[in-house]
Amino acid sequence: MKKSNLLRAGAVLVSLSFVAVACGGSDDSASDTTVAAEAPASTCEAPVASIALQFPETGDAANLGAPMLKGSQLAVDEFNAANPDACVTLKTFDTQGDPAKAPAVAQSVIDDATILGLVGPGFSGESLAALPLYDEAGLATITGSATNATIQDQGFKVFHRILANDAAQGPAVAKYIVGALAPKSIGIVDDASDYGKGLADAVKKEAGATVKATDSIDPKAADFSAAVSKMKDANPDVIFFGGYYGEAVKLSTQLRDAGVKATLVFGDGVKDQAGYADAAGPAAEGALIACPCKDGSPDFIAAWEKAYKEVPGTYGAEYYDAANVLLNVIKGGAKDRAAVQAAVNKYDAAGITKQIKFAANGEATEASTIYMYKVESGKITYVADIK
Amino acid sequence: MSNWLIYRTFWDLTVSGIVLGLIYALVALGYTMVYGVLRLINFAHSEIFMVGTFGVLISLTKVFGISLFEDGQYPYRSGLMLVAILVASTVAAMVVSGAGAVVLERTAYRPLRGAGDAYGAVVLAFLTGLIASFLFTDSMMVDLAIAAVITGPLSVVYVRIFRKGRQAPRLAFLISAIGSSMALAEAVATWGPDERVIYKTPRVLEKKVLFNFLGADVRIDYVIVALGAILMMTSLLLFVNRTRLGRGIRAVAQDAETARILGVNVNSVILVTFLLGGAMAGGAAMMFTLVYDQTRFNIGFLLGVKSFTAAVLGGIGNIKGALLGGIVLGLAENYGSAIFGGQWKDVIAFIVLLTVLMFRPTGILGESLGKARV
Repeated sequence: MKKSNLLRAGAVLVSLSFVAVACGGSDDSASDTTVAAEAPASTCEAPVASIALQFPETGDAANLGAPMLKGSQLAVDEFNAANPDACVTLKTFDTQGDPAKAPAVAQSVIDDATILGLVGPGFSGESLAALPLYDEAGLATITGSATNATIQDQGFKVFHRILANDAAQGPAVAKYIVGALAPKSIGIVDDASDYGKGLADAVKKEAGATVKATDSIDPKAADFSAAVSKMKDANPDVIFFGGYYGEAVKLSTQLRDAGVKATLVFGDGVKDQAGYADAAGPAAEGALIACPCKDGSPDFIAAWEKAYKEVPGTYGAEYYDAANVLLNVIKGGAKDRAAVQAAVNKYDAAGITKQIKFAANGEATEASTIYMYKVESGKITYVADIK
Repeated sequence: MSNWLIYRTFWDLTVSGIVLGLIYALVALGYTMVYGVLRLINFAHSEIFMVGTFGVLISLTKVFGISLFEDGQYPYRSGLMLVAILVASTVAAMVVSGAGAVVLERTAYRPLRGAGDAYGAVVLAFLTGLIASFLFTDSMMVDLAIAAVITGPLSVVYVRIFRKGRQAPRLAFLISAIGSSMALAEAVATWGPDERVIYKTPRVLEKKVLFNFLGADVRIDYVIVALGAILMMTSLLLFVNRTRLGRGIRAVAQDAETARILGVNVNSVILVTFLLGGAMAGGAAMMFTLVYDQTRFNIGFLLGVKSFTAAVLGGIGNIKGALLGGIVLGLAENYGSAIFGGQWKDVIAFIVLLTVLMFRPTGILGESLGKARV
């Protein structure tokens, strides 16, 4: 009795493992393709130094992290190809964009003595959590994406930002909404994150009396019906959402399902082709997305397409620039963290997105333009500059 | 904030609150039934719901081969084809969730009750081997081969341990529940080429507004959820109250030891309870994907917490209580977020729970442990 039971169970198990093997097989082939899609591995045999990248490689907003890695990697690979005798390695550190994970990650960056500078952190929340540690260690950081407008006022000496912050983005978005769309009323929703709420508040302040309804959503929830009911009741011409693409997909879909016809406007956290436009499909059509990010120069786009077989992702160009600042500084003879920090502060050269020069608070002096994009026939396409 | 908002959108909030509440209720049934027979909070039940949503995803995309969008539009189907797809996907979800619950019972709980058998031993041995081999190599094929080799001897050892028939302490069940919950979620998280992403499920049902109820649009997917949930709960109640196996469940819930003495096969009753709870979670999974068009490895977590809350709110161990608790919770969340703003949603839900428990410690309808109502 027991024995036959054991046999039968064995048979079940064998068939189970076949299923598992089949899954495992497809898994393997999938990881092969991702390897192929990645940048050509830099052949750096005797690195003189390394730079770190702190960003969300996995987690809820991993789609936004991928171009950060690809942009930085492209810069490092080009640099190493041009300077084979003084090459630099890129070390990546994954925080999942989570402020709670950032301090521990920052500590491991600091503990690695070969790291002379950091590209990132990727998000605003993790920046606020990690920057006190980097500041104490004197490790220069250059972010190409963390746009919260309070970071530059905290007195971090090592903080540098290569693009416009939310204080520029919020008013620019509001200006565009009021000017180009001329709505009678506006609805504003945020995801209660440092980034989303900060941006939504900036838009709210600038748009003033035309704001008719506001709400916050819980990004972990699947159901936004209360916020949707509120927007449906207020029936605004334009709805702005401050948050990331994952929630933007859910919110757009649920708003359209409820018959809300308002023009949807988002910030840079939603500018993700696969994460937003492809995932939301018809619900995303016609949505406007503001971003301080640029597509980059034609040479850069060609190099990216050659390396990754896709068009450059959001912030790819900014991270390419940020990595290049550190690489040029290291090439210029900075051999320790203090020298890199001093040289970054004095840096003044053309990048692919703008002339790169940092003010005393770490902001790039030429970063003020916001670019507006629109989802047209399922593709996020450039519409206009907002100055 | 705008307190009059709730008057203007009251029926709108009511309709969506009830729909969400019915999904909570269906998942809550699993918690409540298992608690009834085992006095165990099965924390892995949220993951049983989650694998059900993946059952729907696989049924829609792999079996029926429907892509997310067709020429930039939703892949709507109609007529008999639509009915066939919906029924088949519901069955797929119920089978996946039911099977998941049964495997969970046999491997995670039954051995702890001192009633482990060869099935549990073999699966446990295989999993042990697989986890052990992960430490040495990254290749899935090699891992599986090592695990298969280890399975034989290890399962013999496990069977011997199981034969000693020792009952584990109560806390061990809880730890086993939490552990299996994490294991299931992480296994799904690392499944597929893109780890931890949100999977959109193709929308085959056009969400047309059927009728307008006092200013609230009642959509066809809402109606399907309501009808489906009521149908499933009625059949469950009939099964528990009218059939022989149902009588067994009630007997075990009332007093497992006496039931055993009187000739009820307690282990098979427990297995059937898990199967039913899993099938209900599968139904809920279908409804969830129908309304929200998406799934993810951690989709069960928040929903599981809410459903468990609903079960406690209505009176844990009580099937009708699960329904009532689910609807009360769904409505409280919706009204609460309309009055105070969306960020207060969970606060409101748990204040309702605390208030109810203060005055009725056993939930609205009361626990029905001793009364054999299940």
